[in-house]
Amino acid sequence: MGSRGDWKKLLPTALPGAAWLVAFMLLPSLFVFYASFLQRGANGWISGPLTLSNYLRFLGLDGESFDPLYLKILWRSLLLGGVTTAVVVLLGYPFAFFIALSKRKNLLLLLVVLPFWTNFLIRVYAWIVIFQRRGVLNAFLASVGFNPLHLYPSWTAVYVATVYTYLPFLILPLYASVEKIDWTLLEAAYDLGAGRLRGFFHAILPQTIAGLVSGVMLVFIPAVGTFVISDLLGAGKTVLIGNVIQQQFGSSRDWAFGSAAAFVLMAVVLLGLWIYARWAGEKGLEDLL
Amino acid sequence: MSGRRLLTAQGLLVLAFLYLPILVIIALSFNSSRYGVNWQGFTLKWYKQLLSHSQVHFYLVNSLIVAGVSTTVATVMGTLLALGLSRYRFFGRGGLLFLLYVPIVIPDVAMGAALLLFFAWVQRYLAAFHMSLITVILAHITFQVAYVTLIIKSRLAGLDPSLHEAAYDLGAAGWKRFWLVTLPLIWPGVAAAALLAFTLSLDDFVITFFTAGPGSTTLPIYIFSSVKKGVTPEIHALSTLMILVTTLILIVVQRVSTRR
Repeated sequence: MGSRGDWKKLLPTALPGAAWLVAFMLLPSLFVFYASFLQRGANGWISGPLTLSNYLRFLGLDGESFDPLYLKILWRSLLLGGVTTAVVVLLGYPFAFFIALSKRKNLLLLLVVLPFWTNFLIRVYAWIVIFQRRGVLNAFLASVGFNPLHLYPSWTAVYVATVYTYLPFLILPLYASVEKIDWTLLEAAYDLGAGRLRGFFHAILPQTIAGLVSGVMLVFIPAVGTFVISDLLGAGKTVLIGNVIQQQFGSSRDWAFGSAAAFVLMAVVLLGLWIYARWAGEKGLEDLL
Repeated sequence: MSGRRLLTAQGLLVLAFLYLPILVIIALSFNSSRYGVNWQGFTLKWYKQLLSHSQVHFYLVNSLIVAGVSTTVATVMGTLLALGLSRYRFFGRGGLLFLLYVPIVIPDVAMGAALLLFFAWVQRYLAAFHMSLITVILAHITFQVAYVTLIIKSRLAGLDPSLHEAAYDLGAAGWKRFWLVTLPLIWPGVAAAALLAFTLSLDDFVITFFTAGPGSTTLPIYIFSSVKKGVTPEIHALSTLMILVTTLILIVVQRVSTRR
């Protein structure tokens, strides 16, 4: 591979893309960080002097008494991310093996990829059609003689739609690992007297851990940050951190506080990515895609 | 029940879960009942109503302009960046690689907010710059370039280095080698990356929502605002058409990327 300091060749290749990412990704992120220490100014813009008040407000320490409103919202978002990730793993882990062991691998893969690429909004609003008062679910329940359920809007609907939306995000990277499994290791484990459980935990699971971890990242991160799913299917207004950011940048128009909320969310995610990069290296980062 | 059967049963249930909502939408788009979900007979009237709706044409054109322009820029820039990253070691390479993953892993609401803040700040100094299709395009290029670069970078890593040396020995160096040797070899990867970038742009709602201005409504923005007002059969019809287009693009991607 290449030569060091070959600037004449490097400039026309890497420079435009690198400059673009610095201008439109790094700079805006740094600007969010800076804005999170400012205050709401005239005309809904942001202005100085520098202050910690947005973070104090986020922590619930700005008023007379401790009010953990935003900490609760952050916790709710992390809980949604954690629970949906767990459910997605329970559904998706066996499914990756189902594809890998099937005779119709390519067809099954296409069947997983199709919902993955179907417009995200369509996949979310389909659940309104299913869960609404006179929706598909209640029509079905009525036809078999059950009472209707009131699931729209509800947290149940938010959880179901989040699991549904992100399930393919786990299956695809996991399948890439499962496909490469060396099954002779399992036979070796059995020959050495391992039972089914030990065989799985010592011979199979370690071979799929890379795909599992990247799948978990790809589910957990967007689930924690979602605002569309809770906006369309959830009851109440300020439910998740994504909704807080959207409202502060939208109708509430307090961009400084919105920036603090966005920075908290970015920090949580980038910390996770950094730990993952340290653990998995450049190859591991490539597996994320 | 044996383990294998259990696995198959679970697999079929997961498939049912994945497809039930999509099939419900498709079926209802042909149902002549406007409000109920009970089947009242087959109809194409929702499609006719949708297609006669001139605003929808305008949103479709917006979506296609954004996707077309951003995909072109992102594909060229991403291919070159992938080339630079895989050929050369340079100062800041590690940081740049990390930066490439940021648009992919960062929650889109945070990226949308960051871009809105940044664009609004630029606008304070440059009055001609305002929220429009241009800002949407700039935002889309940012996440597309990350995907395109990473896909092509992995293609380049899979190339046989001896081809590179052979080209050099035969006198093809620099850009000549790029056009005659490297590009034909990675071409399927470039095409697949471009189609992926195009689909990502067509599908994007959150980042467009933050960076769009008045008059730059795209199809997903229209779907969102319609759904907020209530679910209608016209939206089922629009969704069905979008699912159809996605399916076609996917089949093309599969054909292109599996071709040797």
